Amino acid sequence: MTALLEIKDLHVHFPIKNGVLQKTTGHVKALNGIDLNVKKGEILGIVGESGCGKSTLARSIVGLQKPTSGDILFDGNTYTDASAKELYELRRNMQMVFQDPYTSLNPRMKVSESIAAPLKAYKKTKNLESRVKELMELVGLNPDDHYNRLPHEFSGGQRQRIGIARAIALEPQLIVCDEPVSALDVSVQAQVINLFQDLQKKLDLTYVFIAHDLSVINHIADRVAVMYLGKVMERSNRESFQTHAQHPYTNALLSAVPLPDPDKERARERIVLKGELPSPANPPSGCVFHTRCPKATEFCKTNIPVPEERGVPGQEVACFYPVGAEEKARITL
Amino acid sequence: MLEVNNLHVHLDTPAGLVKAVDGVSFRLEAGQTIGIVGESGSGKSVLAHSLTKLNPEPPATYPKGEILFEGENILTMDKKRLRNLRGKEIAMIFQDPMSSLNPVFRIGRQLMEAIQTHQKLPKKEARQKAIELLIDVGIPDPERRMQDYPHQFSGGMRQRVLIAIALAARPKLLIADEPTTALDVTIQAQIIELLKSIQKKYGTSIIMITHDLGVVANLADRILVMYAGKIVESGSTADIFYDTAMPYTWSLLRSIPRLDAGASERLLHIEGHPPNLIHPPKGCNFHPRCPFARDACLQTDPPLAERGTNHMAACILTKPEFDKEKRAVAERKGVLLS
Repeated sequence: MTALLEIKDLHVHFPIKNGVLQKTTGHVKALNGIDLNVKKGEILGIVGESGCGKSTLARSIVGLQKPTSGDILFDGNTYTDASAKELYELRRNMQMVFQDPYTSLNPRMKVSESIAAPLKAYKKTKNLESRVKELMELVGLNPDDHYNRLPHEFSGGQRQRIGIARAIALEPQLIVCDEPVSALDVSVQAQVINLFQDLQKKLDLTYVFIAHDLSVINHIADRVAVMYLGKVMERSNRESFQTHAQHPYTNALLSAVPLPDPDKERARERIVLKGELPSPANPPSGCVFHTRCPKATEFCKTNIPVPEERGVPGQEVACFYPVGAEEKARITL
Repeated sequence: MLEVNNLHVHLDTPAGLVKAVDGVSFRLEAGQTIGIVGESGSGKSVLAHSLTKLNPEPPATYPKGEILFEGENILTMDKKRLRNLRGKEIAMIFQDPMSSLNPVFRIGRQLMEAIQTHQKLPKKEARQKAIELLIDVGIPDPERRMQDYPHQFSGGMRQRVLIAIALAARPKLLIADEPTTALDVTIQAQIIELLKSIQKKYGTSIIMITHDLGVVANLADRILVMYAGKIVESGSTADIFYDTAMPYTWSLLRSIPRLDAGASERLLHIEGHPPNLIHPPKGCNFHPRCPFARDACLQTDPPLAERGTNHMAACILTKPEFDKEKRAVAERKGVLLS
């Protein structure tokens, strides 16, 4: 299978400006050499803590953020230097679902207008009303009752459904979802996750699904990329992510998630990471994780690891001292 | 130590009267940790704030019930006694550590204020005590950090400062209202470990309010599950997770994605969203969303009833009926039974 989306050595640096003359005094390296690809029909989960660059990555993918260097290809065509017209063409096939269902909808637009907006923008206005109603039904909204309502009349979960209807209106191939369920209540979150899964099967969609919640990523993704300080630490299949994660950071994340199962939760060993996320304006030398890594040595301070396969097929880890099976057994889930 | 009996808290809003807490009773023993679990709007935060009468009045009123802290009713306490109680005997930490700290004062000053409010100590000793507290909550280089302002701390560190302030007077009870919700998962793990070690060291009782079932699975001895202003199930942590007796708890446990689950498992789809408390549903509050609902649920609002030792649930289904129905619902919805 060929890659639908390819990201090659992507860098996004934001200048830090200081003083009256607004001189650039440094750069926040939000993305610092990202390599990823997404195959058609799969769900790539991207997980990481706040400040790791996952939202910048989402914005770069849909062309809302120009990269500093590197390349992104959709269906084999690069678009990092694309004109507005080329981006317009691109977005027919690539849409986004945002985190906050309260601010991502225009409060003065009726639900039907919000969903119809992309159709109008791409001049697909034939049978507009019936198409909008069809979309509403597809995402579990009631087309007769909800058609003329305004966003404030809806709960968070329903608003996220409106956002999803808008994203699938043009029948895109790829949808970039940036934390689409993290603002929702627990019982509503399940509805929206199930909806994402059903739509993917029904419409043959490809997702880049970004979340900070490892349980959500583990549930929905086919492949998982773990990010830390603008870099990919580990790429793996879902099965091996859960059971064979090799990067010390991935394992620390996995062990930090509280399990809704008191016996398991109290029996397992937890890796508590010391310290906090370093500033992306001044990332550590060598491996960016070495300041917090329980396995770090002098070697890690000066050498930069690249993601490569180390014993587990289909899993690439950027670490000189990957976590072995024996060690792993102690942090069992 | 703490006994809440038939507590009602109403909020008088322009849109109508909200019964935010509607007849809640529970007990907390010294040294125990109780987890209060619920979604937004379930009344868990209003309940937590009631325990030190912190809900702004108006809109809040306390029409019925009592909160006994070591035998004294907090609801009828005079202002002076209440002031003395807050912070000294019962301390609180909140979800958003930034808005709980004053941005224009140094951390050291805020911490020393908390110490000197409750203990007559000279400045030097208060300062020494503040440093000890910062060491206690794991803030490195405390002497230098005393000089810093809140914005110079990260979210996790701010929450540690708040825990230090809360611990300043060695309270008997610590109420934590979603203390880790705004934090990253690795920082959350640090804060949970910190709360556990504090409890071990000082024997503080903790009331932990959260929407995260994983957090209470780790911390709590007992769990209260709240829905629409009421406790719908209460029991030991093992009862709640392994011997669930209320459809809402059962559904909630099956609707959360789990890190230790297989790929093929489907999440339980709970229909709709939590009810509007101005116009709560007739009968059982959960019936419009309940996969087990039957006609009788429309008529009766079931009270909490005994299901085992110290295990209560509010549902008209008996234990054998519920166990039988669980199997049917799990099969129909394609979710895991246990």
